[in-house]
Amino acid sequence: MVEQSSHNRSKFIAGGTNLIDLMKENVERPEHLVDINHLPLSAIVDNEAGGLRLGALVSNADTAYHEQVEKRYPLLSQTILAGASPQLRNMATNGGNLFQRTRCYYFYDNATPCNKREPGSGCGAINGYNRIHAILGTSNQCIATNPSDMCVALVALDATVQVSGPNGDRSIPIADFHRLPGDEPQYDNTVQPDELVTAIDLPAKGFSEYHTYLKLRDRASYAFALVSVAAALELDGNTVTDVRVALGGVAHKPWRKPEAEALLIGKAATKENYELVAEKLLEGAVGFGHNTFKIELAKRAIVRALGIAAKQEPTE
Amino acid sequence: MLAETNSYTDTVATLPETRVVTLTINGAERQLTIAPWTTLLDALREYLDLTGTKKGCDHGQCGACTVLVDGKRINSCLTLAVMKEGAEITTIEGLAEGNEMHPVQKAFIEHDAFQCGYCTPGQICSAVGLMNEGRVRTTADIRELMSGNICRCGAYPHIVDAINDIMQVPKKA
Repeated sequence: MVEQSSHNRSKFIAGGTNLIDLMKENVERPEHLVDINHLPLSAIVDNEAGGLRLGALVSNADTAYHEQVEKRYPLLSQTILAGASPQLRNMATNGGNLFQRTRCYYFYDNATPCNKREPGSGCGAINGYNRIHAILGTSNQCIATNPSDMCVALVALDATVQVSGPNGDRSIPIADFHRLPGDEPQYDNTVQPDELVTAIDLPAKGFSEYHTYLKLRDRASYAFALVSVAAALELDGNTVTDVRVALGGVAHKPWRKPEAEALLIGKAATKENYELVAEKLLEGAVGFGHNTFKIELAKRAIVRALGIAAKQEPTE
Repeated sequence: MLAETNSYTDTVATLPETRVVTLTINGAERQLTIAPWTTLLDALREYLDLTGTKKGCDHGQCGACTVLVDGKRINSCLTLAVMKEGAEITTIEGLAEGNEMHPVQKAFIEHDAFQCGYCTPGQICSAVGLMNEGRVRTTADIRELMSGNICRCGAYPHIVDAINDIMQVPKKA
């Protein structure tokens, strides 16, 4: 285990696709980078719980194309491939993807106020140009979104993140990995600066038959989601026996509510019932002027995604 | 942040520490002395005079900087040269064999797959990486899997034709 300064002056670097970008913009300014690419975290193997353990240093591309992921967790495969570009997916790692930071324009621009980048400086987005920003879980300090696609699938699949640090190892359920901004928007997640993600554990249930990742964006490819939905079902005839719905592009973390999913369990797989899930999941959604369209868009996307996952509707 | 230092003199820059780095590029070992924050792209262009690889956006958004590292296509603007020691790096300059163009280069010429040519080295390296990945079954796959390379001249139809041809992807009836 590499010892490093617990201060933000040192940062781990793996793929570097977000960190180096942020360093070029002077948003991240570490004094030291610790290259972790040679650590033995590059395997994908079965775990003891009947699931699959994804090494933190496996590239996103290798993960998406891995035979066991394609077969048992095709939702994760499809979701990873919906993100970034082939070049970036070859470089980016599973661990790094968890840590990728918001693409909010104000966060990226040192000349504008941003409570995430400089606590207390204000938020340029709330009364500014906020088309790509959050409609759920916001605070009056920050309306940034988490841009990851992979994390939306991980939340839908109920993954667990394995973390290692000077105080030992711990497991973080993916739902608790990313934070809401609250009063401390400078913290994206619940990992300490001196902790290292070593693996992501997928549970045994992969929803390999009924699943889809629906990503709505301004371009056909190579763009972040305005709204995205990871939807997965288990069906017994036309009755839903299990369901997962997680949203991307709408909050500081992938948005999932088991109470919304519960409305569909034991019910018929119909559009009317999908709409109940959509209404519940978007409860409390607020627009900021340029992103208000996301509320209705997300509801319709949920209904469509469940229809696609249930094979009732064609994929795009 | 400046607030963490005691006085202005603490922030006066000293000469940046440089490192001696050995990179294997197009089959040859090249040694260079660079600051550790030098990207692979800048190492290629500024220190090794390999200016075939282009800097389009410098932020991983355009693909003009695409090179192959151990046969895999990456954006050289978003990795550091010091991190690529020991890897086999192939740039656009390394694709031809003597005077014999790489098949992808030939296809790009046959299909008129470029106009200004600025995105072209990245497109060609990316296409070679695409072929190595072995994931293409349809023309739609080519479009999707080449989406990391953008072309302001709009040469996309002919780029797709060139790759379609070289990969012998069956054209839809």
